Amino acid sequence: MTDTAHHAGTRSAEGALALHEPRNEGTAPDLDWALDARANQSAIERRAATLPSRRSVKKEWQAAWLARAVSCIDLTTLSGDDTPGRVRRLCAKAARPMRQDLLDAIGLPDLTVGAVCVYHEMVPAAVEALRGTNVPVAAVSTGFPAGLSPFDLRLKEIERSVAEGAREIDVVISRRHVLTRDWQALYDETRTMREACGEAHMKAILATGELGTLRDVARASRVAMMAGADFIKTSTGKEAVNATLPVTLVMLRAIRDYGERTGFKVGYKPAGGISKAKDALSYLALVKDELGDRWLRPDLFRFGASSLLGDIERQIEHFVTGRYSAAHRHAMG
Amino acid sequence: MNEIASIFESMEYGPAPEAAQPATDWLEGHGRRFGHFVDGAWTKPGETFETAAPRDGEVLAEVTQGTDGDVAGAVKAARRAQKGWVALGPEGRARHLYALARGLQKHARRFAVLESLDNGKPFREASGIDLPLAVRHFYHHAGHARLMPEMVPGRTPLGVCGQVIPWNFPLLMLAWKVAPALAMGNTIVLKPAEWTPLTALAFCDLALEAGLPKGVLNVVTGDGATGAALVAAEVDKVAFTGSTEVGRRIREATAGTGKRLTLELGGKSPYIVFDDADLDSAVEGLVDAIWFNGGQVCCAGSRLLVQEGIAGAFHARLRDRMASLRVGDPLDKAMDVGAMIHPDHLAAVRAAVAAAPAHAEVHQGEAPEGCFFPPTLVTGLQPADRLMQEEVFGPVLVSSTFRTPAEAVAMANDSRYGLAASVWSENVNLALGVAPKLRTGIVWVNGTNMLDAAAPFGGVKESGFGREGGTEGLLAYTKDAAERPKLARVAPATGGGGPADPLDRTHKMLIGGRQARPDGGQSRPVFGRGGGHLGTVSLANRKDVRNAVEAAGAAKGWSATSGHLRAQILWYLAENLAAQAGRFADRIDAMAGKGGAQEVEDAVSALTAAASWADKFDGAAKGVPIRGLALALREPVGTIGILAPDDAPLLGLVAPIAAALAMGNRVVAVASQAMPLAGTDLIQVIETSDVPAGALNLLTGDHAELAPHLAGHMDLGACWGFSPGLDAVVEREAARDLKRTVVTNGRGRDWTGSMRWLLEAATEVKTVWVPYGEG
Repeated sequence: MTDTAHHAGTRSAEGALALHEPRNEGTAPDLDWALDARANQSAIERRAATLPSRRSVKKEWQAAWLARAVSCIDLTTLSGDDTPGRVRRLCAKAARPMRQDLLDAIGLPDLTVGAVCVYHEMVPAAVEALRGTNVPVAAVSTGFPAGLSPFDLRLKEIERSVAEGAREIDVVISRRHVLTRDWQALYDETRTMREACGEAHMKAILATGELGTLRDVARASRVAMMAGADFIKTSTGKEAVNATLPVTLVMLRAIRDYGERTGFKVGYKPAGGISKAKDALSYLALVKDELGDRWLRPDLFRFGASSLLGDIERQIEHFVTGRYSAAHRHAMG
Repeated sequence: MNEIASIFESMEYGPAPEAAQPATDWLEGHGRRFGHFVDGAWTKPGETFETAAPRDGEVLAEVTQGTDGDVAGAVKAARRAQKGWVALGPEGRARHLYALARGLQKHARRFAVLESLDNGKPFREASGIDLPLAVRHFYHHAGHARLMPEMVPGRTPLGVCGQVIPWNFPLLMLAWKVAPALAMGNTIVLKPAEWTPLTALAFCDLALEAGLPKGVLNVVTGDGATGAALVAAEVDKVAFTGSTEVGRRIREATAGTGKRLTLELGGKSPYIVFDDADLDSAVEGLVDAIWFNGGQVCCAGSRLLVQEGIAGAFHARLRDRMASLRVGDPLDKAMDVGAMIHPDHLAAVRAAVAAAPAHAEVHQGEAPEGCFFPPTLVTGLQPADRLMQEEVFGPVLVSSTFRTPAEAVAMANDSRYGLAASVWSENVNLALGVAPKLRTGIVWVNGTNMLDAAAPFGGVKESGFGREGGTEGLLAYTKDAAERPKLARVAPATGGGGPADPLDRTHKMLIGGRQARPDGGQSRPVFGRGGGHLGTVSLANRKDVRNAVEAAGAAKGWSATSGHLRAQILWYLAENLAAQAGRFADRIDAMAGKGGAQEVEDAVSALTAAASWADKFDGAAKGVPIRGLALALREPVGTIGILAPDDAPLLGLVAPIAAALAMGNRVVAVASQAMPLAGTDLIQVIETSDVPAGALNLLTGDHAELAPHLAGHMDLGACWGFSPGLDAVVEREAARDLKRTVVTNGRGRDWTGSMRWLLEAATEVKTVWVPYGEG
């Protein structure tokens, strides 16, 4: 484990972006390999269904795991009514995700979330608000959430977001390339976006809820990684179905397969619908069991979530005080 | 460093203990000392033995060693209670079963913790799998009780059932035994396993609380001697789940007693992975196949067969997965594998792995000190290796490779066992093509260890017989309500002199499509009732039996034919027999003195009935709670040996043959001993009716001499002894390979009635689970 990995997610450290792992450079498109992906839905669902009862963490372990979850949150606001003021409030929460007395009580006084995730227009406000914290700003920058604006404009949007200080770019893939089986187009598009990202890290949103089958999730995951995605991400949060444990299992296995072929470690970001502390623990356990402890760090794992943090705060207060908590005892994000 | 900050870095799993209190409170309530549960009350503890928790050796309680007298008393109580239990009727019994289901739910925590403590299985499994399945079994069978007259029309309870259950799923196996027996109006004496008696005893408290009438359920604890006493007691039925070795002894002990018997025994179930499978899911499936309950599962997928080209990659993924399995305290909620049942068993498993051959590679995960054994993978084995053949009953996966689907099937079937199999392939053609070829009672496609009350469960070959679950399971706890006629013993007619026509006719036998002379070169004269010499028949010996079974074994094509084709041939047989009705009637009249015309008519009718059934004795799709199908397929049991009765020399031969053939079995039949000429005359009819060579073989001879060779032949799937006085020898000889038997129980048969019972005996249900869905 690297030093960075040790400290990632705390204010005193470099923050999530200081990857010591070599960045995924992508590979030439090997579409035979991509298409050979298999995903038996029933078996995957059975595994996912039993996981929460197979893995249970209690007491100190639960508190520590929840803190780890916090360190991996991309605290997100992606609404039409976002304003700089709203974003500043979110950033304040990102930099101090819990009441200081609770952070002190669990011995992690400098805990931060993994990143703040906003629309392009909100990037300057977020960058400004997070100055000096090492919490990076992530932008959704490719005609989010549908990804159907002109391609050159989508690339332009990436470049603008990077120029304005976003260190992570969450891009959406063109679902139609998956649905029409134009895998080469999917590869080319994603590869071009990755180039547009430059030094910023790219999370490729597959919008799994719109891909139809788990097999296609596996195929799209493989193509996105070959095209150089630093992370693969489930959802925009706007699809009818967002992150699920079965989809997670498929994507984690794709990451493992890709790693075995290329040696590159690709990150994973489930997004949308993860709002309970208990669910977060299941995701962490699944990542731990499928990929190993190395992935339980913000450089390789993020939750895309907005209300998860609130539930975790209440659980932490319960751990510290022994009493069930209330939402109004914690600062709004 | 603060502990939380340290865990924040290490991200280890911590302890997640489940409190033992709900179980220990109950144990304390009984002073941790138990008698038997008989006639609705606890008996005073007698000579006791200790039952301990495998996880740490802690003594949990003392239970009583059941004596012969204890067993007899319990059986008596069950006998007394049975009439009243039947009198409650379907609705009344259904309510009681419903109350038991609800009661289990109400005390779910107590039962789950107690099971985990006494057995060593992870609490997660006890509470997430054993309990829900047990509850479901009672619910499902409350329904069967309610619907009994419609579900199994014309059937009545057997009476008192003696049930002996194993230690691997103590409560679930109790549910599998108790629910159907009670639903069908039987009463019970149950003996839980010596190592795991506690949940059965807790269930007795539940029965009291739920108001189950006294004597309906009795539980006697003890060791194997108590079990043997129960098998020997005045019970009408013995149901056993456990090792093949003990099952065989029970078959021998009950031979000829008229007791019904069902056996659910061991296995070495193949787990076949084709190269087009979802390999990650197949790896995960193995976690549920061989590391579920520490591999101490009769249907555990313990024999991994991987397609050669992917074996290396598959084993590598499997070893990676083994590294993240957690073995330890069963009461810890984040454990994958708990404790082994007992230090003695642990030693046996350890010895089996230690005996792995030099060419094998043994890979093991980690396990703590104590009664634990690490997840183990043994690769590089060949079918000739003992580890590939014998049941280990522990977390030990053995592996070999195959090249083609046909070779996978051949290797899968290369076993004395036949309980379950898993097939992994994303190709529906491949998976569903392989499933019917596997000689097992259960096939899981892209899955493993799927169980449900609605789906019949049970094995073939030395994995036992009888089904538990579904309507099929109800048959094992009921009998035909119709009174059977007394079995008539018919002595061969005596006489003397030569034949009326000096032109010799030699009545040969039919073996492999040819008329064959007896190997021993012996024959005997057959006389008519008037004393006249009717002809000479061959006396077959054991070598003729051997030849006939071999011929039947070679006629594999018959079992692969369609029901439609078999129907056509049976119709043709009927047609050709009818064409010679007069000759057959005269022959029967000559041998039996009367009744020839009617019997020929009935025999033709049996053939048309069998022909009609050939494509209509359907399986079923079961209502299991998964997205997918659980298909109960009727499969032929194999080659059936038949000892034909004497009371109806033609009909009694033709009806079972016809039923057996209709279902796709091959047949080796021995014609009536007293009146064999009806059988030998039939050979000509058979030869002119397009019956493929070897599908039907017909011998004549002395039944008492042939019975042990026929019933003992290990390439027969079943032996039907309709000849009087041979029940014991047939059942005892059949014990060797646990083939299915039908015997007389001292009663004759109404051969003119429905042949459904014969069709049931001629088939075995295979349950094929096909979970499906994409998108």
